[in-house]
Amino acid sequence: MTTGMRIGVVTFPGSLDDRDAARAIRVAGGEAVSLWHADADLHGVDAVVLPGGFSYGDYLRCGAIARFAPVMTPLIDAAKGGLPILGICNGFQVLCESHLLPGALVRNDHLHFICRDQKLRIESTSTAWTSGFEVGQEIVIPLKNGEGGYVADENTLDQLEGEGRVVARYLDINPNGSRRDIAGITNERGNVVGLMPHPEHAVESLTGPTTDGLGFFTSVLTSLVNR
Amino acid sequence: MARVVVDVLLKPEILDPQGKAVEGALGRLGLSGVSSVRQGKTFTIDVDGDLDDARLAQLHELASSLLSNPVIEDYSIREVTA
Repeated sequence: MTTGMRIGVVTFPGSLDDRDAARAIRVAGGEAVSLWHADADLHGVDAVVLPGGFSYGDYLRCGAIARFAPVMTPLIDAAKGGLPILGICNGFQVLCESHLLPGALVRNDHLHFICRDQKLRIESTSTAWTSGFEVGQEIVIPLKNGEGGYVADENTLDQLEGEGRVVARYLDINPNGSRRDIAGITNERGNVVGLMPHPEHAVESLTGPTTDGLGFFTSVLTSLVNR
Repeated sequence: MARVVVDVLLKPEILDPQGKAVEGALGRLGLSGVSSVRQGKTFTIDVDGDLDDARLAQLHELASSLLSNPVIEDYSIREVTA
């Protein structure tokens, strides 16, 4: 199935998972468009993925320098205008540093880098990236991070839960000390989603633990086709 | 030339696992009575000319947007003798 929808994937210096993200988009039926950190426009894409990795070597803070890359200026404007944006891992960190999402991601509470197949529960299907899931659906996708502990003040956490903006929660174990087991959140409008685990690594049975990650990409393509 | 030092520390309510690890090591190395260690960052910035109010305001702006993340960190700025 090809939807004709074009989804941009931003490559920053130090991005790692841009190619897997592009592949996941193609597997889901979209056209992947490479966006460069120094681009001053988004080349008319219908959605954007900020991929995982270590942009700018994680110097200063994860995502702190990427947040000021030229491509972020049109991206932040477009996000506020409703363009679907998915930030995965380092991309989630960039979205928090950009204040498109509340809170921050800090060093794992146990200090170790973690790499495992992680069980999650989908908590919200009211976002552009999760509309194809069922509320309460349990999925398994890879998780790999050193600074994946989601923190925010108690009021913000209460607000996120009260407004149904927790997108996914860790099940069985909390792998990084994230407050209230939060693995992913969304903005008020539901177009911007940040996720610490990696759906783009779980789209083909040959290389992933499951194909559960595909749902994030098919969800956005479906919502784009139906808009 | 003026020298400015920007100190960045995690807010008190944010867990600092690195500080905790250092705290444990200090105890193991025989320092008794350590009740807390917090690990932060220091930026030493040399600027040409005098540090006037406009530049200081600019430094505060950048300290709160680039050098620190106000969600999790506090910063302080001081001028020191180079």
